[in-house]
Amino acid sequence: MGLNDSSGTLVAPKPKGLIDPNTGRPVGSDDPFFLEINNELADKGFLVTSTEALITWARSGSLMFMTFGLACCAVEMIHTSMPRYDSERFGVAPRASPRQSDIMIVAGTLTNKMAPALRKVYDQMPEPRYVISMGSCANGGGYYHYSYSVVRGCDRIVPVDIYVPGCPPSAEALLYGILLLQKKIRRTGTIER
Amino acid sequence: MTASLSELSTYLGEKLIGRVNDAVIAYGELTVHVEPRDLVEVMTFLRDDARCQFISIIDVCGADYPSRAKRFDVVYHLLSPKQNVRIRVKVQADEETMVPSITGVYPGADWFERETYDLYGVLFSGHPDLRRLLTDYGFEGHPLRKDFPLTGFVEVRYDDEAKRVIYEPVELKQEFRNFDFLSPWEGTDYVLPGDEKAKTN
Repeated sequence: MGLNDSSGTLVAPKPKGLIDPNTGRPVGSDDPFFLEINNELADKGFLVTSTEALITWARSGSLMFMTFGLACCAVEMIHTSMPRYDSERFGVAPRASPRQSDIMIVAGTLTNKMAPALRKVYDQMPEPRYVISMGSCANGGGYYHYSYSVVRGCDRIVPVDIYVPGCPPSAEALLYGILLLQKKIRRTGTIER
Repeated sequence: MTASLSELSTYLGEKLIGRVNDAVIAYGELTVHVEPRDLVEVMTFLRDDARCQFISIIDVCGADYPSRAKRFDVVYHLLSPKQNVRIRVKVQADEETMVPSITGVYPGADWFERETYDLYGVLFSGHPDLRRLLTDYGFEGHPLRKDFPLTGFVEVRYDDEAKRVIYEPVELKQEFRNFDFLSPWEGTDYVLPGDEKAKTN
């Protein structure tokens, strides 16, 4: 649109890449893992892996999270899925229905009045399901630990996989928690429902 | 500002003889004390009178003074957009006093009165639906009373056998600590668990 010379065909520029001074070739080109996969693909045209690794890889790459925004943490949770941090890069997208989500992010203060509703939503989620407890209030009551109306940690109501500390945790912190959960799923994933 | 408030104060004193107990102007705000039996009449006057026109109810709230015989204040805040004046009306009550509901005068006071009932236990007569508003279903006690313990009486957890969220008496791992940040060198007065004998010798 005026920025490019429109007469010729658009060709992507050659990737510059960092040159490794030892080999004189781009960094990573002598990575043994990369070379092995490259040879295998060139040899046979397919890769061999275990079903479990494949399934957990696929699952951890398409996590829908149930948005349980209860307080200010919800804003940081929204930031995580907005363009700057863009959790959809990792396949983690918000989903408003518990019946179609894999993770529940408890973002904020869980009160006594809300506790049965939280449990009900959790019970509606299909197995395998995971819970991320986000922020001090969800982790252990936080600022409201001694209050008459607040649950002292959402792990009293639902089993929690990842605790994200902070008040509120920054969007990066939550994203890191999500990445840790993906790691956990890859490590201990199961295909039984 | 204060001049117009004192003018309004004398006007109310003339118009509502014997109904306004006391009118105080403090910090540029007018506070009027009223007996519960006169409340609806005073509120109707404040809303309808041409020199008042307090048509907007800002807030109804409570305050607890345990040392008083009538321990509660019910405080009404009104705004007159036409006159650009605000007024505060106070009524004293105790646990048994029935304060007449002003939902007939200001429909917006409905949930405010429910909240006041919920948090202080002040009863409102003639309210259409005097239920709890904020606290948990089946909650006992009134949390903003001064004699209500901070941590309450019950806590919840999910019970795996009952398959539901159950209520249990509160059990704290560590008592609430009140730090005195004004005199840090004097230290705090609590005893850490396992540290009971530390100061005896």
